[in-house]
Amino acid sequence: MTDETSETRPQPRDKRLTEDEVVAQLRPGMTIGIGGWGSRRKPMSLVRAILRSDLTDLHLVTFGGPEVGMLCAAGKVSHLTFAFVAPDVGAAAVLEPHFRAARQSGAISCTELDEGMLQLGLMAAAWRVPFLPTRVGLGSDLPLVNPELKTVRSPYPGPDGVQEQLYAQPALPLDAALVHLNVADERGNAAFTGPDMYFDDLMLEAAEHRFVSTERIVASGELAEAAGDVTRLRVSRMFVDGLVESPNGAHPTSCDPDYRRDEAFQKTYLGTAKDQALWDAFRSDWLSFPTEAEYQAALAARPAVEDAS
Amino acid sequence: MSATDLSDLISRADVCAVAVAECFRGDGEILANPIGTIPMIGGRLARAAFEPDLLMTDGEAALIANDEAIPASEDRQFETYNPYRRMFDVVWSGRRHVMMGATQVDRYGNQNIAGLGGTADRPKVQLLGFRGAPGNTINNTTSYWVPAHGPRVFVEAVDVVTGIGYDRAAKLGPTARFHEIRRVVSNLGVFDFETPDHRMRVRSLHPGVTIEEVVTATGFELDIPDDIPVSRLPTPEELRLLTEVIDPTGTRNREVPDPN
Repeated sequence: MTDETSETRPQPRDKRLTEDEVVAQLRPGMTIGIGGWGSRRKPMSLVRAILRSDLTDLHLVTFGGPEVGMLCAAGKVSHLTFAFVAPDVGAAAVLEPHFRAARQSGAISCTELDEGMLQLGLMAAAWRVPFLPTRVGLGSDLPLVNPELKTVRSPYPGPDGVQEQLYAQPALPLDAALVHLNVADERGNAAFTGPDMYFDDLMLEAAEHRFVSTERIVASGELAEAAGDVTRLRVSRMFVDGLVESPNGAHPTSCDPDYRRDEAFQKTYLGTAKDQALWDAFRSDWLSFPTEAEYQAALAARPAVEDAS
Repeated sequence: MSATDLSDLISRADVCAVAVAECFRGDGEILANPIGTIPMIGGRLARAAFEPDLLMTDGEAALIANDEAIPASEDRQFETYNPYRRMFDVVWSGRRHVMMGATQVDRYGNQNIAGLGGTADRPKVQLLGFRGAPGNTINNTTSYWVPAHGPRVFVEAVDVVTGIGYDRAAKLGPTARFHEIRRVVSNLGVFDFETPDHRMRVRSLHPGVTIEEVVTATGFELDIPDDIPVSRLPTPEELRLLTEVIDPTGTRNREVPDPN
């Protein structure tokens, strides 16, 4: 070394990994948080790496979309913590048939929550407190599907003098979190450039092993310009252990504004729940490539189809 | 144009949209959050016609001022940023009136969107999940929209209570002080809980619907007043808003087609 600076200044951690290197750090039985929301900005390249691995017995924590169905259909899931699983919501709401099949057959056990409780559980884990109190869930049948849920009495009197009984949503600590963001710098700071961060930062903060896949990686110092604004920089590298550059990595889910959901592909996938042979063929055709690059190449080689929308 | 001509131009879906809009009358400066095709159209109608201070979503991560039910993305008139996480702040503040769907609803307004039959561990038919229903019903005003009124939706007892009704709220006492199920709007009529023990009551029937039709399509005994009002028609201005501004392509008529 002739450059004096590089001799004296320690070099930062290199967090760059491939999808398979991330999955090599996961273990059977782990509790894994998956970022995104419904069929939006899901870390699908990492999900595909799990699908081609020998990992099993996973406990997923997610605002669920098609990743739940794929991992269930492939026998990777033993337990699911969820408030909903839907490939879409609102007026276009449809249900996730592979998830439904796993739930109805008893192949997976579940912890059901209100979606706000799922947020509180992640916050509690991130803040290292055992629970957070909430009025949410009182009077509902959540205790039937979530018998671990306990109540707590407020130590403080309310406006009427009564010490309210509330639910104590337990912390949901994650062994690992997998999220996908639009852009990151080479040290693991990351940004969303679409409409919503969802709960990705909370997932990372609630997890012991924290992995970000991203559409593109820029040099340190260039992230704010790449993301458009400093308020977009919502993931700090102090909460990131591994970084994967994965263009189109959320496919077939949306990654606004980089790309929209691949509706035709998702529809094909959802249709494979009708028949085991259809699912086997789909898994073989699309979810068994040895690398993400080959998956992306196969996608790019598809004949152009007319946009149904 | 005579009055008769006007009523001929009015569809069942128009009446439903007006009935939805009426749910939000008097709500003032809160988030009106109707979910679904006709609910969204009805909410927009309420704001455009008589409840100008309501706030409404774009269905994604913003509150917008547009009258169109689904404006083009680039045409949105933003009022505030409202990502998913922010929605819990609004719900838990109580400054919201949500209109949800219901796979099942009972006489006290208990709602189910999670599953049918089987056991808690293994439902026979898995639906969406609890989603936000427990948090909505205990924190802010809630109404329900049922586009196809039938005895498998309006049931004696729901299989899983996701959104809590008046009987469950009463058992909770003061901690349920923010609970209100205001209305259920269906393709046949409007229902409320303004009875001594909060059992579901027929508030109005849409024009052309008979009470016998509703009783047959309902799996429990409704409170039926002696004189049953007819759901009101849109005013000429409301009809113009619906057909020219809010829903010019008529998506509402696809969700609830005209009878016969």
